[in-house]
Amino acid sequence: MIKKLISYATEFKKDTILSPVYVALEVVMETIIPLLMAMIIDNGVGKGNVKYVTVVGAVMLVVSFLSLAFGVLGGKHAAKASTGFARNLRRGMYYNIQSFSFSNIDKYSTAGLITRLTTDVTNVQNAFQMMIRMFIRAPFMLVSATAMCIYINPKLSLIFIGAIIFLGVILYFIMTRVHPYFVEVFKKYDDLNASVQENLTSIRTVKAYVREEHETSKFYKASEVLYKFFVRAEKLIIINAPAMQFTVYSCILLLSWLGAKMIVSNSMTTGELMSLFAYTTNILMSLMFLSMIFVMVIMSKSSVERINEVLNEESDLANCENPIYEVKDGSITFKDVNFSYSKKIENSVLEDVDIKINSGETIGIIGGTGSAKSTLVQLIPRLYDATKGSVEVGGVDVRNYDIETLRDEVSMVLQKNVLFSGTIKENLRWGNKEATDEELIAACRQAQAEEFIETLPDKYDTHIEQGGTNVSGGQKQRLCIARALLKKPKILILDDSTSAVDTKTDALIRRAFKETIPDTTKIIIAQRISSVEEADRIIVLNDGKVDGFGTHDELLKTNDIYAEVYESQVKGADNNESK
Amino acid sequence: MSQNNKPREVRGPGGNGPRGHIKPSKDSLKILKRLLAYVFKEYKFLFMIVAVTIIISSLANVIGTLFLRNLIDDYILPLMNKTGADFGPLLKMIMTMAVIYYIGVISTYIYSRIMIVVSQGSLKKIRDDMFSHMESLPIKFFDTHAHGDVMSLYTNDTDALRQMISQGIPQLLSAIITVVSIFISMIYLSLPLAGIQVLIILLMLKVTKVIGSKSGKYFGLQQRDMGAVNGYIEEMMEGQKVVKVFCHEDEAKVNFDKLNDMLFDSANNANKYANVLMPIMGNIGYINYVLAAIVGAILAISGFGGFTIGALASFLQLTRSFSQTINQMSQQFNFVIMALAGAERIFKLLDEKKEMDEGYVTLVNVTEGEKGELTEAKKRTGIWAWKHPHEDGKVTYTKLLGEVVFDDVDFGYNDEKIILHNIKLFAKPGQKIAFVGSTGAGKTTITNLINRFYDIQDGKIRYDGININKIKKDDLRSSLGIVLQDAHLFTGTVADNIRYGKLDATDEEVKAAAKLANADQFIKHLPKGYDTILTGDGGNLSQGQRQLLTIARAAIADPPVLILDEATSSIDTRTEKIVQEGMDKLMNGRTVFVIAHRLSTIKNSDVIMVMDQGEIIERGNHDALIEQKGKYYQLYTGAFELS
Repeated sequence: MIKKLISYATEFKKDTILSPVYVALEVVMETIIPLLMAMIIDNGVGKGNVKYVTVVGAVMLVVSFLSLAFGVLGGKHAAKASTGFARNLRRGMYYNIQSFSFSNIDKYSTAGLITRLTTDVTNVQNAFQMMIRMFIRAPFMLVSATAMCIYINPKLSLIFIGAIIFLGVILYFIMTRVHPYFVEVFKKYDDLNASVQENLTSIRTVKAYVREEHETSKFYKASEVLYKFFVRAEKLIIINAPAMQFTVYSCILLLSWLGAKMIVSNSMTTGELMSLFAYTTNILMSLMFLSMIFVMVIMSKSSVERINEVLNEESDLANCENPIYEVKDGSITFKDVNFSYSKKIENSVLEDVDIKINSGETIGIIGGTGSAKSTLVQLIPRLYDATKGSVEVGGVDVRNYDIETLRDEVSMVLQKNVLFSGTIKENLRWGNKEATDEELIAACRQAQAEEFIETLPDKYDTHIEQGGTNVSGGQKQRLCIARALLKKPKILILDDSTSAVDTKTDALIRRAFKETIPDTTKIIIAQRISSVEEADRIIVLNDGKVDGFGTHDELLKTNDIYAEVYESQVKGADNNESK
Repeated sequence: MSQNNKPREVRGPGGNGPRGHIKPSKDSLKILKRLLAYVFKEYKFLFMIVAVTIIISSLANVIGTLFLRNLIDDYILPLMNKTGADFGPLLKMIMTMAVIYYIGVISTYIYSRIMIVVSQGSLKKIRDDMFSHMESLPIKFFDTHAHGDVMSLYTNDTDALRQMISQGIPQLLSAIITVVSIFISMIYLSLPLAGIQVLIILLMLKVTKVIGSKSGKYFGLQQRDMGAVNGYIEEMMEGQKVVKVFCHEDEAKVNFDKLNDMLFDSANNANKYANVLMPIMGNIGYINYVLAAIVGAILAISGFGGFTIGALASFLQLTRSFSQTINQMSQQFNFVIMALAGAERIFKLLDEKKEMDEGYVTLVNVTEGEKGELTEAKKRTGIWAWKHPHEDGKVTYTKLLGEVVFDDVDFGYNDEKIILHNIKLFAKPGQKIAFVGSTGAGKTTITNLINRFYDIQDGKIRYDGININKIKKDDLRSSLGIVLQDAHLFTGTVADNIRYGKLDATDEEVKAAAKLANADQFIKHLPKGYDTILTGDGGNLSQGQRQLLTIARAAIADPPVLILDEATSSIDTRTEKIVQEGMDKLMNGRTVFVIAHRLSTIKNSDVIMVMDQGEIIERGNHDALIEQKGKYYQLYTGAFELS
């Protein structure tokens, strides 16, 4: 698990290695300094030798300067290594998300992904930085300081051994208890984030129902839970500081008592006692750092797990070996297709679909809410794979195509469509990066979007807000159609993409299709009979099964559902005509 | 790095200012003050305890350092070279110190424990305040801010405060106390040596300031870039399926890389300066030590001012704690800077102007007397009235009927561009008013004016004869039921979502509303029926099913005025036929504004307004408009002529 993660740091291998090296050198210098300090006191100050003090002092300054240089270099490389690592993690996750299939995407919430890419990565970044700076430093300092103590006075050093064991036990206790709380804390973070996101997107509903207070109290509850878990976790963590102080003080007291006796019996000098005091702080500081590292590692452990989840999520749609890079034509065949979102075949959303569509045909699909119209067409550009049976485009199983080739030839306007912040032009160019202005305008004309774009102050350079909030639903849909047209696909699928467009415009769009892209297979899902009745053939879906497939006139005679829908939509109008 | 290749504009609370804009330090002081006030105000009493315990804890530490001087001079040196030395006074001294030390330890525990409550409590309060303030902001705010960037405030920026409040504040406090007391002891030990310390402190402060302002700048950029990355991710994740359909993964990566590299750049610089500060401070401390040792040795040897070797030893010890403390302080400094960068963004949100509401007319329950006189009632009576207090102290009651009048209304999202012109409209109670017109004609905008999501530039809108500017927004909006085209649902059960329209609705009412909207059928087929949890905006339901739930939600609210903005456009016509029956029941006796392009749904309206380019160009009922052979006629017949 960790191994895979660390591979994201390889780009910054040099910094990752150099940083602890410099830190180690810095520690060496820092260990020498108290020794020099003791020399200054014992041999210089104690003996009244100003020259000695000056000379050793000068040495100490040199050492100190080296320590500074190493410290600065270490810090610099640590910063680069950790922030670079973080960047690569974010990129790694983001790239992997880009490879997700629809069913992978369905698994994660937007808020959860955002927390992973930001908060979790920051946690890992901090822990990583701490590790490369302190993980060497702390044990190194611990060992060298302990060695110095043993060198100065082996007997008194036993005190430190006791102190280390004492602190070790306490740290272990804290660490083992605190992890589960942090796991919870991050879950609560996701919830909080989701709640904020929900309110950002649904604010009109909130305000229309005057539910600001209701939402606020819901949020208060979520933040209260977060608060509680944080407090529980921190309650354990804060034991750290007083425990540490307790140990330092106890060591100093013991050293004072035993050291005094030794000095009196002439087995130790005052300078040595002073350096022992200094090393006490060093040793225990390094223990403190170790404990801090562990706390951070624990905090980041849950983050690491969550990041890994995204990094290791494998797209369940992959290119086959030797994929085909050319789609012959726009014919589509469904062979005994069954589909279910879960792996279980009993929950089938589509059952035994057998359809043959010729290239260049216009096919309408009509059916009730939940009849799996969207699911059916999403199998064509291989957004999902059929659970049973096969879907063929141009006479070849879609699974044998290169995915990108297939999706370029099968252009789809999704039901829940999205425009992105940027100009209209930028949005349209999603369909074709190299599209010329003329091509953009032509596509907009076909989608009946030209007219309203021309009325906008900046025309095609008008800025679209995130989610397209500054254009109306119908305008958004027409832009989305234009965007899909720019691909010049062999198959064009409109999944209820004109629901917010008025009937006349809707008809004009269809007429434009007929005239400008006659060879493209067009599949139109619609609620309105008027949107599909002129299609070459119409599929009537009911509860995941094909209930009828034929021309308008045929269906009107043979298909009850179709006839019923037609009645309900057209009859009303006739009544009025005759009034 | 990549500053030159500016990626697509990311708007957010950080504003649209160019990257690299640095706030002057005066501002950061203001922000710090405001942040501290935030923490202090809420926890005055606890903070006093914290202050006292921090003082005790730091004093224990300082006394401990002084003790070492006494230890050598007064206790160890006199014992030397004596036979049968009396260790009694030393033991007593050590015991006293033990007591002082352990009191210090306990104090540390106490303040750390309290600080958890203070810091986490403050963070909670900041989050809560941000949220409740956000809820009170006008729709415009939400139109113009990247959602991900706003979300970043609740996590990344609030997190940045955590370290500062929980550790920064107590450590700074304790550092100040330690530095001051150490300094006093230094002066007491040797005035000339203490003088050197002043110079060193000044040097340290200068270094901190220089490096601090550098890292401060980059921490600010880091928080901003973090927000931008957050915003971009949010937008792309929401549109991930579109990215897939267009095979736009590579472009999505390129843009992300730009933002990600920018964040790397600022984070790297911020951390670099932060990391560099500590060794620099530490080593200035060593230089200080050497200086003090040399000068001190000269002083001690010359015996100037009775300065002894023992005194020098403890002075040097003091020097160490002195620089260690300042070192610690400088480390905290970074957290403070990072926190300030986050706090600035947070306060920016908190300073956004709230949705103004100068309305004073409220909606109350009344009972109706025999002659139609209205008396305010405490209990729910089912009859509502507008309570209108007048300047002369009189209070009048107007029965809530649902009459809506637009009197020459002009509107534009900003003053420069008026998009609705001279809208005149008269909706009698119980009437069904329909808006027809091509997309972008301004139909939705009109309904957004009735509930005052936006305020009009000119003219008047009257509701039951009262100017809607006089009505409290909350009361106005609760008298209007809205079903929008985008069917937004909330995390929670199906029942919770229906109950959104009336929080105290019983299970039976919920069921009845669902039945009315014809949603009962599919809800019963959900795995847990009404208790099925919906997540992520109801992602597990189809668009049509979501729409049915929003209709049920409006039904349960039972408002006198209904606004249906393309409410049935996502429902298939078979279902719509059934929903329509429910809707007709729902619309019965209410004033209804319907926006629909399916003319069959609006044909039976009392008045149909045909809109074009922000103006009402035709009005009348279906027959009259057909008769007129104008735009409506074209639309109506146009829908069928192509078939």
